[in-house]
Amino acid sequence: MSRDLLFGKTLTELRSIVNDLGLPGFTAAQIADWLYKKDISSIDEMSNLSKNARIILNAHFDFGLTPSSKVQESIDGTKKYLFPAGKHKFIEAAYIPDETRKTLCVSSQVGCKMGCLFCMTGKQGFQANLSAGEIVNQVRSLPEKDDLTNVVYMGMGEPFDNLDEVLKSLEIFTSDWGYGWSPKRITVSTIGIIPAMKRFLDESQCHLAVSLHSPFEEERKKLMPVENVYSLPEVIQTIKNFDFGRQRRISFEYIMFKGINDSPRHVKELAKILNGIRCRINLIRFHPIPNTPLKSSDEKTMEEFMVALNAKGIRTTIRASRGEDIYAACGLLSTKELVKRNGGDF
Amino acid sequence: MNFLKDRGLKKYTVIANDQIAPGVYLLKYNRDFSFVPGQVVAIALHSSDNPRMYSIASGMQDEHIRILYDVRPKGELTPPLSQAKPGDTIFASGPSGNFFGTAGPSTWIASGTGIAPFISMWRSGLRKDKILIHGGRFLHSFYFENEFKNELGDNFVRCCSQEKAEGIYHGRLTKWLLEQENLPPDRKYYLCGSAEMVVDTRDILIEKNIPYENILAEIYF
Repeated sequence: MSRDLLFGKTLTELRSIVNDLGLPGFTAAQIADWLYKKDISSIDEMSNLSKNARIILNAHFDFGLTPSSKVQESIDGTKKYLFPAGKHKFIEAAYIPDETRKTLCVSSQVGCKMGCLFCMTGKQGFQANLSAGEIVNQVRSLPEKDDLTNVVYMGMGEPFDNLDEVLKSLEIFTSDWGYGWSPKRITVSTIGIIPAMKRFLDESQCHLAVSLHSPFEEERKKLMPVENVYSLPEVIQTIKNFDFGRQRRISFEYIMFKGINDSPRHVKELAKILNGIRCRINLIRFHPIPNTPLKSSDEKTMEEFMVALNAKGIRTTIRASRGEDIYAACGLLSTKELVKRNGGDF
Repeated sequence: MNFLKDRGLKKYTVIANDQIAPGVYLLKYNRDFSFVPGQVVAIALHSSDNPRMYSIASGMQDEHIRILYDVRPKGELTPPLSQAKPGDTIFASGPSGNFFGTAGPSTWIASGTGIAPFISMWRSGLRKDKILIHGGRFLHSFYFENEFKNELGDNFVRCCSQEKAEGIYHGRLTKWLLEQENLPPDRKYYLCGSAEMVVDTRDILIEKNIPYENILAEIYF
Protein backbone atom coordinates (compact mmCIF):
# COMPACT_ATOMS: atom_id res chain seq x y z
CA MET A 1 0.00 0.00 0.00
CA SER A 2 1.38 3.42 -0.97
CA ARG A 3 2.21 5.84 1.82
CA ASP A 4 0.79 9.30 2.05
CA LEU A 5 2.88 12.12 0.62
CA LEU A 6 3.78 15.40 2.29
CA PHE A 7 4.37 17.33 -0.92
CA GLY A 8 1.09 18.84 -2.04
CA LYS A 9 -0.36 19.34 1.44
CA THR A 10 -1.74 22.77 2.22
CA LEU A 11 -0.83 24.54 5.45
CA THR A 12 -4.24 23.64 6.87
CA GLU A 13 -3.61 19.98 6.09
CA LEU A 14 -0.11 20.15 7.57
CA ARG A 15 -1.53 21.64 10.78
CA SER A 16 -3.93 18.76 11.02
CA ILE A 17 -1.11 16.27 10.40
CA VAL A 18 1.23 17.68 13.05
CA ASN A 19 -1.65 17.81 15.51
CA ASP A 20 -2.52 14.16 14.83
CA LEU A 21 1.14 13.17 15.21
CA GLY A 22 1.51 15.06 18.49
CA LEU A 23 4.11 17.47 17.10
CA PRO A 24 4.31 21.15 18.08
CA GLY A 25 1.89 23.36 16.13
CA PHE A 26 4.65 25.55 14.69
CA THR A 27 6.08 22.50 12.92
CA ALA A 28 3.41 22.82 10.22
CA ALA A 29 4.74 26.16 8.97
CA GLN A 30 8.30 24.82 9.13
CA ILE A 31 7.34 21.83 6.98
CA ALA A 32 5.55 24.08 4.48
CA ASP A 33 8.66 26.20 4.27
CA TRP A 34 10.79 23.16 3.48
CA LEU A 35 8.31 21.74 0.99
CA TYR A 36 7.68 24.84 -1.07
CA LYS A 37 10.52 27.31 -0.52
CA LYS A 38 13.61 25.15 -0.33
CA ASP A 39 15.19 22.77 -2.77
CA ILE A 40 15.21 19.58 -0.75
CA SER A 41 13.80 16.16 -1.53
CA SER A 42 13.67 14.27 1.77
CA ILE A 43 12.22 14.69 5.23
CA ASP A 44 15.68 14.11 6.70
CA GLU A 45 16.84 17.39 5.14
CA MET A 46 14.31 19.40 7.19
CA SER A 47 17.11 20.40 9.52
CA ASN A 48 15.22 22.78 11.81
CA LEU A 49 12.80 20.04 12.81
CA SER A 50 13.72 17.99 15.83
CA LYS A 51 15.19 14.58 15.14
CA ASN A 52 12.15 13.04 16.79
CA ALA A 53 9.80 15.00 14.51
CA ARG A 54 11.66 13.78 11.44
CA ILE A 55 11.51 10.17 12.67
CA ILE A 56 7.77 10.47 13.23
CA LEU A 57 7.18 12.10 9.85
CA ASN A 58 9.30 9.48 8.09
CA ALA A 59 7.27 6.75 9.76
CA HIS A 60 4.08 8.07 8.21
CA PHE A 61 4.95 9.95 5.05
CA ASP A 62 7.11 10.03 1.97
CA PHE A 63 8.36 13.41 0.76
CA GLY A 64 6.44 13.03 -2.49
CA LEU A 65 8.43 14.40 -5.42
CA THR A 66 8.27 12.56 -8.75
CA PRO A 67 10.91 13.39 -11.36
CA SER A 68 9.96 13.37 -15.02
CA SER A 69 10.69 10.09 -16.75
CA LYS A 70 11.16 11.48 -20.25
CA VAL A 71 11.62 14.78 -22.04
CA GLN A 72 11.25 15.64 -25.71
CA GLU A 73 12.45 18.92 -27.20
CA SER A 74 10.90 20.66 -30.16
CA ILE A 75 12.82 22.51 -32.82
CA ASP A 76 11.20 25.68 -31.46
CA GLY A 77 12.55 25.09 -27.93
CA THR A 78 9.33 23.78 -26.42
CA LYS A 79 9.89 20.79 -24.15
CA LYS A 80 7.39 18.10 -23.29
CA TYR A 81 7.92 16.36 -19.96
CA LEU A 82 6.40 13.00 -19.12
CA PHE A 83 5.56 12.31 -15.47
CA PRO A 84 4.39 9.02 -13.95
CA ALA A 85 1.09 9.50 -12.12
CA GLY A 86 0.41 6.23 -10.37
CA LYS A 87 0.51 2.68 -11.64
CA HIS A 88 0.47 2.53 -15.45
CA LYS A 89 -0.57 6.16 -15.66
CA PHE A 90 1.27 9.13 -17.10
CA ILE A 91 0.76 12.81 -17.71
CA GLU A 92 2.49 15.40 -19.83
CA ALA A 93 3.51 18.98 -19.12
CA ALA A 94 4.69 21.39 -21.82
CA TYR A 95 7.38 23.98 -21.11
CA ILE A 96 7.07 26.83 -23.60
CA PRO A 97 9.83 29.43 -23.52
CA ASP A 98 9.82 32.60 -25.55
CA GLU A 99 11.77 35.82 -25.29
CA THR A 100 9.93 37.31 -22.36
CA ARG A 101 7.80 34.51 -20.92
CA LYS A 102 8.58 31.00 -19.80
CA THR A 103 5.29 29.19 -19.47
CA LEU A 104 4.52 25.74 -18.15
CA CYS A 105 1.30 24.10 -19.30
CA VAL A 106 0.31 21.66 -16.55
CA SER A 107 -2.11 18.74 -16.51
CA SER A 108 -4.85 18.28 -13.93
CA GLN A 109 -6.09 14.78 -14.84
CA VAL A 110 -4.82 11.62 -16.48
CA GLY A 111 -6.97 11.68 -19.61
CA CYS A 112 -10.21 13.62 -19.72
CA LYS A 113 -13.95 12.92 -19.52
CA MET A 114 -15.12 15.77 -21.68
CA GLY A 115 -14.82 14.12 -25.10
CA CYS A 116 -14.25 17.26 -27.18
CA LEU A 117 -14.15 16.35 -30.87
CA PHE A 118 -10.90 18.18 -31.55
CA CYS A 119 -8.80 17.06 -28.58
CA MET A 120 -6.28 14.24 -28.44
CA THR A 121 -6.43 13.97 -24.65
CA GLY A 122 -10.16 13.29 -24.87
CA LYS A 123 -9.48 10.31 -27.12
CA GLN A 124 -7.79 8.45 -24.28
CA GLY A 125 -10.82 8.70 -22.02
CA PHE A 126 -10.40 9.30 -18.32
CA GLN A 127 -8.04 7.41 -16.05
CA ALA A 128 -7.56 9.46 -12.87
CA ASN A 129 -7.65 12.81 -11.14
CA LEU A 130 -4.29 14.23 -10.15
CA SER A 131 -3.67 15.19 -6.55
CA ALA A 132 -2.59 18.73 -5.70
CA GLY A 133 0.88 17.32 -5.12
CA GLU A 134 0.99 15.76 -8.58
CA ILE A 135 -0.09 19.07 -10.11
CA VAL A 136 2.46 21.16 -8.18
CA ASN A 137 5.13 18.50 -8.79
CA GLN A 138 5.03 19.33 -12.51
CA VAL A 139 6.45 22.73 -11.58
CA ARG A 140 8.67 21.62 -8.72
CA SER A 141 10.33 18.82 -10.69
CA LEU A 142 10.85 20.91 -13.81
CA PRO A 143 14.55 21.60 -14.47
CA GLU A 144 13.59 25.11 -15.64
CA LYS A 145 11.41 25.84 -12.59
CA ASP A 146 13.39 28.87 -11.50
CA ASP A 147 12.91 30.51 -14.90
CA LEU A 148 9.13 30.10 -15.03
CA THR A 149 7.08 33.25 -15.39
CA ASN A 150 3.64 31.70 -15.91
CA VAL A 151 1.70 28.52 -15.32
CA VAL A 152 -1.38 27.64 -17.35
CA TYR A 153 -3.75 24.79 -16.50
CA MET A 154 -4.26 23.84 -20.14
CA GLY A 155 -2.61 20.43 -20.25
CA MET A 156 -4.35 17.09 -19.97
CA GLY A 157 -7.76 17.09 -18.30
CA GLU A 158 -10.50 19.52 -17.38
CA PRO A 159 -9.32 21.41 -14.27
CA PHE A 160 -12.85 22.11 -13.06
CA ASP A 161 -13.65 18.39 -13.10
CA ASN A 162 -10.98 18.07 -10.40
CA LEU A 163 -11.65 21.33 -8.64
CA ASP A 164 -10.74 20.50 -5.03
CA GLU A 165 -7.22 19.40 -5.97
CA VAL A 166 -6.80 22.25 -8.45
CA LEU A 167 -7.80 24.80 -5.81
CA LYS A 168 -5.37 23.26 -3.35
CA SER A 169 -2.59 23.45 -5.92
CA LEU A 170 -3.43 27.11 -6.57
CA GLU A 171 -3.32 27.78 -2.84
CA ILE A 172 0.15 26.23 -2.69
CA PHE A 173 1.35 28.32 -5.64
CA THR A 174 -0.06 31.62 -4.41
CA SER A 175 0.10 31.54 -0.58
CA ASP A 176 2.81 33.26 1.40
CA TRP A 177 3.57 29.94 3.06
CA GLY A 178 3.79 28.29 -0.37
CA TYR A 179 5.49 29.55 -3.50
CA GLY A 180 4.18 33.05 -2.93
CA TRP A 181 3.45 33.70 -6.58
CA SER A 182 1.08 36.38 -7.75
CA PRO A 183 -2.19 34.77 -8.93
CA LYS A 184 -1.76 36.89 -12.06
CA ARG A 185 0.94 34.45 -13.16
CA ILE A 186 -1.55 31.62 -13.33
CA THR A 187 -4.39 30.93 -15.78
CA VAL A 188 -6.86 28.10 -15.36
CA SER A 189 -8.73 26.97 -18.44
CA THR A 190 -12.16 25.37 -18.51
CA ILE A 191 -14.74 24.27 -21.00
CA GLY A 192 -17.37 25.83 -18.75
CA ILE A 193 -18.45 23.61 -15.86
CA ILE A 194 -20.52 26.31 -14.26
CA PRO A 195 -20.76 25.33 -10.56
CA ALA A 196 -17.03 24.71 -10.40
CA MET A 197 -16.32 27.89 -12.35
CA LYS A 198 -18.32 29.92 -9.83
CA ARG A 199 -16.43 28.36 -6.95
CA PHE A 200 -13.09 29.00 -8.65
CA LEU A 201 -14.00 32.64 -9.24
CA ASP A 202 -14.98 33.04 -5.58
CA GLU A 203 -12.09 31.15 -4.00
CA SER A 204 -9.16 32.05 -6.25
CA GLN A 205 -7.70 35.21 -7.78
CA CYS A 206 -6.12 33.46 -10.76
CA HIS A 207 -7.01 34.26 -14.35
CA LEU A 208 -9.72 32.33 -16.13
CA ALA A 209 -9.73 31.08 -19.72
CA VAL A 210 -12.87 29.58 -21.24
CA SER A 211 -12.83 27.29 -24.26
CA LEU A 212 -15.43 28.79 -26.56
CA HIS A 213 -14.85 27.51 -30.11
CA SER A 214 -18.25 28.61 -31.36
CA PRO A 215 -20.69 31.31 -30.32
CA PHE A 216 -23.61 29.17 -31.47
CA GLU A 217 -24.99 26.54 -29.10
CA GLU A 218 -25.94 24.06 -31.80
CA GLU A 219 -22.47 24.20 -33.35
CA ARG A 220 -20.68 24.09 -30.01
CA LYS A 221 -22.73 21.08 -28.97
CA LYS A 222 -21.31 19.08 -31.88
CA LEU A 223 -17.76 20.03 -30.97
CA MET A 224 -18.07 19.84 -27.19
CA PRO A 225 -20.52 17.48 -25.48
CA VAL A 226 -20.42 19.60 -22.32
CA GLU A 227 -22.69 22.06 -24.13
CA ASN A 228 -25.49 19.54 -23.54
CA VAL A 229 -25.12 20.07 -19.80
CA TYR A 230 -23.85 23.63 -19.35
CA SER A 231 -24.96 25.81 -22.22
CA LEU A 232 -22.94 28.70 -23.57
CA PRO A 233 -25.52 31.39 -22.65
CA GLU A 234 -25.39 30.17 -19.03
CA VAL A 235 -21.59 30.19 -19.07
CA ILE A 236 -21.50 33.72 -20.49
CA GLN A 237 -24.13 34.95 -18.05
CA THR A 238 -22.16 33.49 -15.13
CA ILE A 239 -19.10 35.42 -16.30
CA LYS A 240 -21.09 38.62 -16.78
CA ASN A 241 -22.44 38.31 -13.24
CA PHE A 242 -18.95 38.22 -11.75
CA ASP A 243 -16.89 41.31 -11.05
CA PHE A 244 -13.44 40.61 -12.42
CA GLY A 245 -12.05 43.97 -11.29
CA ARG A 246 -9.16 45.58 -13.11
CA GLN A 247 -6.48 43.00 -12.44
CA ARG A 248 -8.11 39.70 -13.07
CA ARG A 249 -8.29 38.55 -16.68
CA ILE A 250 -10.90 36.57 -18.52
CA SER A 251 -9.97 35.19 -21.89
CA PHE A 252 -11.69 32.98 -24.42
CA GLU A 253 -9.92 30.24 -26.36
CA TYR A 254 -11.12 29.82 -29.91
CA ILE A 255 -9.72 27.04 -32.08
CA MET A 256 -10.39 27.90 -35.70
CA PHE A 257 -11.92 25.17 -37.86
CA LYS A 258 -12.11 25.65 -41.59
CA GLY A 259 -15.63 26.28 -42.82
CA ILE A 260 -17.13 25.66 -39.38
CA ASN A 261 -16.52 28.56 -37.03
CA ASP A 262 -14.48 31.06 -39.06
CA SER A 263 -17.07 33.15 -40.91
CA PRO A 264 -18.17 36.80 -40.57
CA ARG A 265 -21.38 35.41 -39.03
CA HIS A 266 -19.26 34.04 -36.20
CA VAL A 267 -17.46 37.36 -35.72
CA LYS A 268 -20.80 39.12 -35.44
CA GLU A 269 -22.20 36.64 -32.95
CA LEU A 270 -19.02 36.63 -30.85
CA ALA A 271 -19.20 40.40 -30.59
CA LYS A 272 -22.84 40.10 -29.58
CA ILE A 273 -22.48 37.47 -26.84
CA LEU A 274 -19.27 38.94 -25.38
CA ASN A 275 -20.62 42.48 -25.31
CA GLY A 276 -20.05 43.92 -21.85
CA ILE A 277 -17.22 41.56 -20.89
CA ARG A 278 -13.74 43.03 -20.71
CA CYS A 279 -11.93 40.11 -22.26
CA ARG A 280 -9.56 38.91 -24.89
CA ILE A 281 -9.87 36.14 -27.45
CA ASN A 282 -6.99 33.84 -28.30
CA LEU A 283 -7.37 32.36 -31.76
CA ILE A 284 -5.69 28.98 -31.98
CA ARG A 285 -4.69 26.95 -35.00
CA PHE A 286 -6.24 23.51 -35.04
CA HIS A 287 -3.64 20.76 -34.90
CA PRO A 288 -5.16 17.76 -36.68
CA ILE A 289 -5.59 14.56 -34.71
CA PRO A 290 -6.33 11.05 -36.04
CA ASN A 291 -9.82 10.37 -37.43
CA THR A 292 -10.89 13.96 -37.25
CA PRO A 293 -13.25 15.48 -39.78
CA LEU A 294 -12.00 18.94 -38.80
CA LYS A 295 -9.44 21.08 -40.62
CA SER A 296 -7.67 24.22 -39.50
CA SER A 297 -8.65 27.56 -40.96
CA ASP A 298 -5.96 29.00 -43.20
CA GLU A 299 -3.67 31.84 -42.14
CA LYS A 300 -5.48 34.47 -44.19
CA THR A 301 -8.85 33.57 -42.71
CA MET A 302 -7.41 33.66 -39.20
CA GLU A 303 -5.83 37.05 -39.80
CA GLU A 304 -9.09 38.44 -41.17
CA PHE A 305 -11.03 36.96 -38.28
CA MET A 306 -8.64 38.58 -35.82
CA VAL A 307 -8.83 41.96 -37.55
CA ALA A 308 -12.63 41.82 -37.64
CA LEU A 309 -12.88 41.02 -33.93
CA ASN A 310 -10.40 43.74 -33.02
CA ALA A 311 -12.45 46.17 -35.12
CA LYS A 312 -15.43 45.28 -32.98
CA GLY A 313 -13.48 46.18 -29.86
CA ILE A 314 -12.55 42.69 -28.72
CA ARG A 315 -8.85 42.38 -28.12
CA THR A 316 -7.90 39.36 -30.20
CA THR A 317 -4.60 37.66 -30.86
CA ILE A 318 -3.48 34.58 -32.76
CA ARG A 319 -1.62 32.21 -30.48
CA ALA A 320 1.64 30.95 -31.90
CA SER A 321 1.72 27.19 -32.33
CA ARG A 322 4.49 25.72 -30.24
CA GLY A 323 5.86 22.22 -30.01
CA GLU A 324 3.74 20.73 -32.78
CA ASP A 325 6.58 18.42 -33.91
CA ILE A 326 6.66 16.72 -30.48
CA TYR A 327 2.88 16.69 -30.05
CA ALA A 328 3.07 19.30 -27.32
CA ALA A 329 0.86 21.86 -29.04
CA CYS A 330 -2.66 22.74 -28.00
CA GLY A 331 -4.96 19.71 -28.03
CA LEU A 332 -2.23 17.18 -28.76
CA LEU A 333 -1.21 15.95 -25.31
CA SER A 334 -1.98 12.27 -24.82
CA THR A 335 -0.53 9.31 -22.98
CA LYS A 336 -3.01 6.77 -24.32
CA GLU A 337 -0.52 4.59 -26.16
CA LEU A 338 1.88 4.67 -23.23
CA VAL A 339 -0.83 3.65 -20.78
CA LYS A 340 -1.88 0.85 -23.14
CA ARG A 341 1.69 -0.41 -23.58
CA ASN A 342 2.17 -0.52 -19.84
CA GLY A 343 -0.93 -2.58 -19.30
CA GLY A 344 -3.19 0.16 -18.05
CA ASP A 345 -6.93 -0.21 -17.98
CA PHE A 346 -8.50 0.53 -21.35
CA MET B 1 -19.96 29.86 -1.16
CA ASN B 2 -23.18 27.92 -1.04
CA PHE B 3 -22.73 25.41 -3.81
CA LEU B 4 -26.17 23.88 -3.34
CA LYS B 5 -27.98 27.19 -3.36
CA ASP B 6 -26.21 28.15 -6.55
CA ARG B 7 -27.40 24.96 -8.19
CA GLY B 8 -30.93 25.61 -6.98
CA LEU B 9 -31.09 22.39 -4.96
CA LYS B 10 -34.22 21.54 -3.02
CA LYS B 11 -35.18 18.83 -0.59
CA TYR B 12 -37.03 15.85 -2.01
CA THR B 13 -38.37 12.70 -0.40
CA VAL B 14 -37.23 9.31 -1.60
CA ILE B 15 -40.16 7.20 -2.81
CA ALA B 16 -38.11 4.12 -3.70
CA ASN B 17 -34.49 3.16 -4.18
CA ASP B 18 -34.45 -0.31 -5.67
CA GLN B 19 -31.48 -2.37 -6.73
CA ILE B 20 -32.44 -3.46 -10.25
CA ALA B 21 -29.17 -5.26 -11.03
CA PRO B 22 -26.03 -5.95 -9.01
CA GLY B 23 -24.68 -2.56 -7.98
CA VAL B 24 -27.25 -0.66 -10.05
CA TYR B 25 -30.12 1.25 -8.47
CA LEU B 26 -33.23 3.09 -9.61
CA LEU B 27 -33.95 6.01 -7.31
CA LYS B 28 -37.44 7.45 -7.37
CA TYR B 29 -38.48 10.72 -5.74
CA ASN B 30 -41.42 13.08 -5.79
CA ARG B 31 -41.69 15.41 -8.73
CA ASP B 32 -42.68 19.09 -8.77
CA PHE B 33 -41.36 20.28 -12.13
CA SER B 34 -41.63 19.56 -15.80
CA PHE B 35 -38.65 18.60 -17.92
CA VAL B 36 -37.61 17.71 -21.43
CA PRO B 37 -36.38 14.14 -22.05
CA GLY B 38 -32.59 14.12 -22.07
CA GLN B 39 -32.25 16.69 -19.31
CA VAL B 40 -30.22 16.12 -16.16
CA VAL B 41 -30.60 16.93 -12.48
CA ALA B 42 -27.94 17.43 -9.83
CA ILE B 43 -28.23 15.11 -6.83
CA ALA B 44 -26.67 15.33 -3.37
CA LEU B 45 -27.35 13.57 -0.10
CA HIS B 46 -26.36 16.36 2.26
CA SER B 47 -26.40 20.12 2.01
CA SER B 48 -22.62 20.27 2.33
CA ASP B 49 -21.93 17.80 -0.50
CA ASN B 50 -20.98 18.63 -4.05
CA PRO B 51 -23.87 17.37 -6.17
CA ARG B 52 -23.46 15.01 -9.12
CA MET B 53 -25.36 15.20 -12.37
CA TYR B 54 -27.65 12.40 -13.51
CA SER B 55 -29.95 12.03 -16.50
CA ILE B 56 -33.62 11.78 -15.71
CA ALA B 57 -34.87 8.28 -16.50
CA SER B 58 -38.61 9.11 -16.35
CA GLY B 59 -41.07 9.92 -19.06
CA MET B 60 -42.55 13.41 -19.21
CA GLN B 61 -45.89 12.08 -17.98
CA ASP B 62 -44.51 9.91 -15.19
CA GLU B 63 -45.50 10.77 -11.67
CA HIS B 64 -42.02 10.54 -10.19
CA ILE B 65 -38.47 11.43 -11.13
CA ARG B 66 -36.35 8.34 -11.63
CA ILE B 67 -32.56 8.29 -11.53
CA LEU B 68 -30.56 5.29 -12.71
CA TYR B 69 -27.15 5.01 -11.09
CA ASP B 70 -24.46 2.48 -10.46
CA VAL B 71 -22.52 2.39 -7.23
CA ARG B 72 -18.94 3.54 -7.57
CA PRO B 73 -17.20 1.89 -4.61
CA LYS B 74 -14.85 4.85 -4.10
CA GLY B 75 -17.46 7.46 -4.95
CA GLU B 76 -18.57 10.08 -2.45
CA LEU B 77 -22.24 9.95 -3.37
CA THR B 78 -23.35 6.60 -4.71
CA PRO B 79 -22.31 4.25 -1.83
CA PRO B 80 -24.34 6.19 0.76
CA LEU B 81 -27.07 6.98 -1.78
CA SER B 82 -27.58 3.27 -2.32
CA GLN B 83 -28.49 3.00 1.37
CA ALA B 84 -31.26 5.63 1.11
CA LYS B 85 -34.68 4.35 2.14
CA PRO B 86 -38.19 5.49 1.25
CA GLY B 87 -38.96 8.58 3.31
CA ASP B 88 -35.33 9.74 3.43
CA THR B 89 -34.38 13.18 2.18
CA ILE B 90 -32.17 13.91 -0.80
CA PHE B 91 -31.25 17.22 -2.41
CA ALA B 92 -31.86 17.71 -6.12
CA SER B 93 -31.84 20.52 -8.64
CA GLY B 94 -34.42 21.28 -11.25
CA PRO B 95 -33.79 20.00 -14.77
CA SER B 96 -31.07 21.45 -16.95
CA GLY B 97 -29.15 20.62 -20.10
CA ASN B 98 -30.17 20.26 -23.71
CA PHE B 99 -29.43 16.73 -24.86
CA PHE B 100 -32.80 16.72 -26.51
CA GLY B 101 -34.20 13.93 -28.63
CA THR B 102 -35.89 14.40 -31.95
CA ALA B 103 -39.02 12.99 -33.53
CA GLY B 104 -36.96 12.28 -36.65
CA PRO B 105 -34.96 9.15 -37.46
CA SER B 106 -32.45 8.55 -34.68
CA THR B 107 -30.02 5.92 -33.51
CA TRP B 108 -29.53 5.86 -29.77
CA ILE B 109 -26.25 4.36 -28.58
CA ALA B 110 -25.76 3.81 -24.85
CA SER B 111 -23.42 1.91 -22.58
CA GLY B 112 -24.48 0.84 -19.10
CA THR B 113 -26.51 3.42 -17.23
CA GLY B 114 -26.14 5.70 -20.27
CA ILE B 115 -29.50 4.27 -21.26
CA ALA B 116 -31.20 6.77 -18.90
CA PRO B 117 -31.86 9.65 -21.34
CA PHE B 118 -33.16 7.21 -23.93
CA ILE B 119 -35.68 5.55 -21.62
CA SER B 120 -36.84 9.09 -20.84
CA MET B 121 -37.26 9.87 -24.54
CA TRP B 122 -38.92 6.50 -25.16
CA ARG B 123 -41.41 6.85 -22.32
CA SER B 124 -42.14 10.41 -23.47
CA GLY B 125 -43.31 9.21 -26.85
CA LEU B 126 -40.23 9.50 -29.06
CA ARG B 127 -40.67 6.04 -30.57
CA LYS B 128 -40.97 6.38 -34.34
CA ASP B 129 -37.99 5.33 -36.45
CA LYS B 130 -35.66 4.72 -33.54
CA ILE B 131 -32.79 2.25 -33.29
CA LEU B 132 -31.33 1.48 -29.88
CA ILE B 133 -27.88 -0.04 -29.42
CA HIS B 134 -27.15 -0.79 -25.78
CA GLY B 135 -23.83 -2.11 -24.55
CA GLY B 136 -23.33 -3.83 -21.21
CA ARG B 137 -20.88 -6.17 -19.58
CA PHE B 138 -23.46 -8.67 -18.32
CA LEU B 139 -26.87 -9.93 -19.35
CA HIS B 140 -28.39 -8.08 -16.44
CA SER B 141 -26.94 -4.80 -17.74
CA PHE B 142 -29.77 -4.16 -20.20
CA TYR B 143 -31.88 -2.07 -17.89
CA PHE B 144 -35.45 -1.44 -19.12
CA GLU B 145 -35.01 -4.00 -21.92
CA ASN B 146 -38.56 -5.21 -21.44
CA GLU B 147 -39.86 -1.76 -22.27
CA PHE B 148 -37.89 -1.58 -25.51
CA LYS B 149 -37.72 -5.03 -27.02
CA ASN B 150 -41.29 -5.77 -28.09
CA GLU B 151 -41.79 -2.57 -29.98
CA LEU B 152 -38.27 -2.07 -31.32
CA GLY B 153 -37.74 -5.70 -32.36
CA ASP B 154 -34.63 -5.94 -34.53
CA ASN B 155 -33.97 -2.28 -33.97
CA PHE B 156 -32.99 -3.06 -30.40
CA VAL B 157 -29.42 -4.36 -30.38
CA ARG B 158 -27.99 -5.56 -27.09
CA CYS B 159 -24.20 -6.00 -27.03
CA CYS B 160 -22.87 -7.98 -24.11
CA SER B 161 -19.11 -8.16 -23.65
CA GLN B 162 -18.83 -10.71 -20.82
CA GLU B 163 -21.70 -13.17 -21.26
CA LYS B 164 -23.44 -14.96 -24.14
CA ALA B 165 -27.11 -15.48 -24.83
CA GLU B 166 -29.32 -16.09 -27.84
CA GLY B 167 -30.42 -12.93 -29.56
CA ILE B 168 -27.73 -10.87 -27.90
CA TYR B 169 -24.58 -9.81 -29.71
CA HIS B 170 -21.46 -11.05 -27.95
CA GLY B 171 -18.94 -8.24 -27.79
CA ARG B 172 -18.71 -4.52 -27.18
CA LEU B 173 -21.05 -2.19 -28.98
CA THR B 174 -18.05 -0.62 -30.70
CA LYS B 175 -17.26 -4.03 -32.23
CA TRP B 176 -20.84 -4.35 -33.44
CA LEU B 177 -20.65 -0.88 -34.99
CA LEU B 178 -17.38 -1.72 -36.73
CA GLU B 179 -19.04 -4.72 -38.35
CA GLN B 180 -21.88 -2.68 -39.83
CA GLU B 181 -21.54 -2.01 -43.56
CA ASN B 182 -24.13 0.62 -44.22
CA LEU B 183 -24.89 2.90 -41.35
CA PRO B 184 -27.26 5.52 -42.72
CA PRO B 185 -25.53 8.92 -42.68
CA ASP B 186 -28.70 10.98 -42.59
CA ARG B 187 -29.95 9.88 -39.16
CA LYS B 188 -29.09 11.57 -35.89
CA TYR B 189 -26.80 9.51 -33.70
CA TYR B 190 -27.15 10.09 -29.98
CA LEU B 191 -24.41 8.76 -27.70
CA CYS B 192 -24.50 8.46 -23.93
CA GLY B 193 -21.94 6.71 -21.78
CA SER B 194 -18.42 6.93 -20.45
CA ALA B 195 -15.85 9.21 -22.07
CA GLU B 196 -14.10 6.18 -23.57
CA MET B 197 -17.30 4.86 -25.10
CA VAL B 198 -18.30 8.25 -26.48
CA VAL B 199 -14.96 9.03 -28.13
CA ASP B 200 -14.47 5.52 -29.51
CA THR B 201 -18.01 5.35 -30.87
CA ARG B 202 -17.79 8.81 -32.37
CA ASP B 203 -14.53 7.89 -34.12
CA ILE B 204 -16.13 4.76 -35.58
CA LEU B 205 -19.18 6.65 -36.80
CA ILE B 206 -17.00 9.30 -38.44
CA GLU B 207 -14.91 6.56 -40.07
CA LYS B 208 -18.13 5.14 -41.44
CA ASN B 209 -18.96 8.45 -43.06
CA ILE B 210 -21.49 9.71 -40.57
CA PRO B 211 -21.19 13.51 -40.67
CA TYR B 212 -20.00 14.74 -37.29
CA GLU B 213 -22.88 17.22 -37.35
CA ASN B 214 -25.25 14.27 -36.97
CA ILE B 215 -23.53 12.97 -33.84
CA LEU B 216 -24.62 14.27 -30.46
CA ALA B 217 -23.01 13.07 -27.26
CA GLU B 218 -23.83 13.17 -23.58
CA ILE B 219 -20.94 12.47 -21.24
CA TYR B 220 -20.72 11.31 -17.64
CA PHE B 221 -18.71 13.48 -15.34
